[in-house]
Amino acid sequence: MSAFAYTRFELRRTFRSRRFYLFSLGVPLLLYWVIAAPQHNKIIPSTPFTYGIYYMVSLASFGTMVSMLATGARIAGERQVGWTRQLRISPLSVRAYFRAKVLTAYAMALLSLALLYVSGAALGVSLPAGRWLAMTGLILVALVPFAALGILIGHLITTDSAGPAMGGLLTFFALLGGAYFPITSGILHTIGQFLPSWWLVQAGHIALHGHGWDARGWITVVAWTGILTAAAAWAYRRDTGKV
Amino acid sequence: MTVQSPTETDGGILVQGLKKSFRSPQGPVHAVRGIDFSVAAGETAALLGPNGAGKSTTIDMLLGLAKPDTGTVTVFGRTPRQAVDGGLVGAMLQSGALIRDSSVRELVAMMASLYPAPMDVEEALEVTGLKAVADHRTQKLSGGETQRARFALAIVSDPELLVLDEPTVAMDVEGRREFWSIMRAFAARGRTVLFATHYLEEADANADRAILMAHGRIVADGPTTEIKARVGRRTIRATLPDVDPARLAELPGVASAEHHGDAVILSCTDSDRTIRALLEQYPQAKDIEITGGSLEEAFLELTGEPDEEQSELVVP
Repeated sequence: MSAFAYTRFELRRTFRSRRFYLFSLGVPLLLYWVIAAPQHNKIIPSTPFTYGIYYMVSLASFGTMVSMLATGARIAGERQVGWTRQLRISPLSVRAYFRAKVLTAYAMALLSLALLYVSGAALGVSLPAGRWLAMTGLILVALVPFAALGILIGHLITTDSAGPAMGGLLTFFALLGGAYFPITSGILHTIGQFLPSWWLVQAGHIALHGHGWDARGWITVVAWTGILTAAAAWAYRRDTGKV
Repeated sequence: MTVQSPTETDGGILVQGLKKSFRSPQGPVHAVRGIDFSVAAGETAALLGPNGAGKSTTIDMLLGLAKPDTGTVTVFGRTPRQAVDGGLVGAMLQSGALIRDSSVRELVAMMASLYPAPMDVEEALEVTGLKAVADHRTQKLSGGETQRARFALAIVSDPELLVLDEPTVAMDVEGRREFWSIMRAFAARGRTVLFATHYLEEADANADRAILMAHGRIVADGPTTEIKARVGRRTIRATLPDVDPARLAELPGVASAEHHGDAVILSCTDSDRTIRALLEQYPQAKDIEITGGSLEEAFLELTGEPDEEQSELVVP
């Protein structure tokens, strides 16, 4: 068997899903055009940035988080119809299964990023090539803990609770991470820096000021990756009673 | 571990001392209470019993989906997980739908790609009668088509062992007939098949052998003809005062005798011989009724306690 047969199958299914276009790609794009487009050349008060560039990177964080957490809803749905059990009585390895889930989430995230970049460019955002690349690369790194989080919630929740759980987590991480509006001081600023979404937003801010993470960023993202991966592995074993 | 080729499949299924309990709010549920059985390679065996008998739990352990509390399962001399990973097993689980946004052909082809020596995808679609809907999306299939597609997923790997857990539950009469004829054609390729059912007629028509389960135990195991004779008992009821029930039990063809006041109830393995002997020895017997034994009664007798879901049983 080709090692990526299941990944290809998953990608094809995902890109056929209407819900995928609507929620994972449509919502961040729509928000960008509604919030940023009417005032894209204006400067956001008390910052040096325009609405056009600031909301492009903010919604890049938001949109890519949606892509990653969408894995949770997909897994919950597959568990509900018994597909997960069907796969477990096939020779498909657990590794290949999760590789398919993670790569599909990353494909969605990249498409979401591309659409926002194109929209940003259309609204006058212009950056050196190096910044586009550095920003994208660091965003992809910052998404690793969210890939694990998607798998974790997929094996914890039911399809009924998928909506509230994802909405709640997304709001929590986006708000405290500073994806909705800049958080520059105070208690939220202090708390925010312990969250992976803060550093996801900071990765996007390479577009604004050109520099990436300091050591705290790397430590935070690595720590969250470790914790969430362990939790996802636990949830998977608990859910499947795997022997 | 030395890896066997799928053709070296002597051994079939071997289950020894298997037990499994679950926790529930009402206390522990002893789903499987210590069972032993084997299925020879090439044999078609039915796991027959009412709902709640422990059939699905047994199958889950056989497939490596659940871990036994005690006891062992080997499939072609391997652990269930090794057999599954080696591509030797195909299964259709009791409940389950198909994932969305795939065509039937893509789904079956993807499943085939996971196995070392699968059947040709078109052949799998052909034998399961899915050619006409091969390009349809899985979410648009009818109930019967969905079941056939799930069956195609189970056999496309061309498995040495095919396991089916109540495969016809959601099917109509015609669907059942078609399904079993496909299954028999597959079994005729020399493959080992184990299927769970609560229909005696399905076991009788499609298996060489039936393993009868109730309350987590095996209560009978033998050729389907024997099982049928055993569970297909007739009951003779008669009014017969002042007679020793122990002597009635000695009549030919009687398995057990009871009496309630003047009424006697004889459970018979051969009611024809019993009735002749009864009338000869006890000509005063009157109000005689002979009724066909139901599977419920058979289970009751074999297990000594009523089953909670008798209504699920169907008598041939």
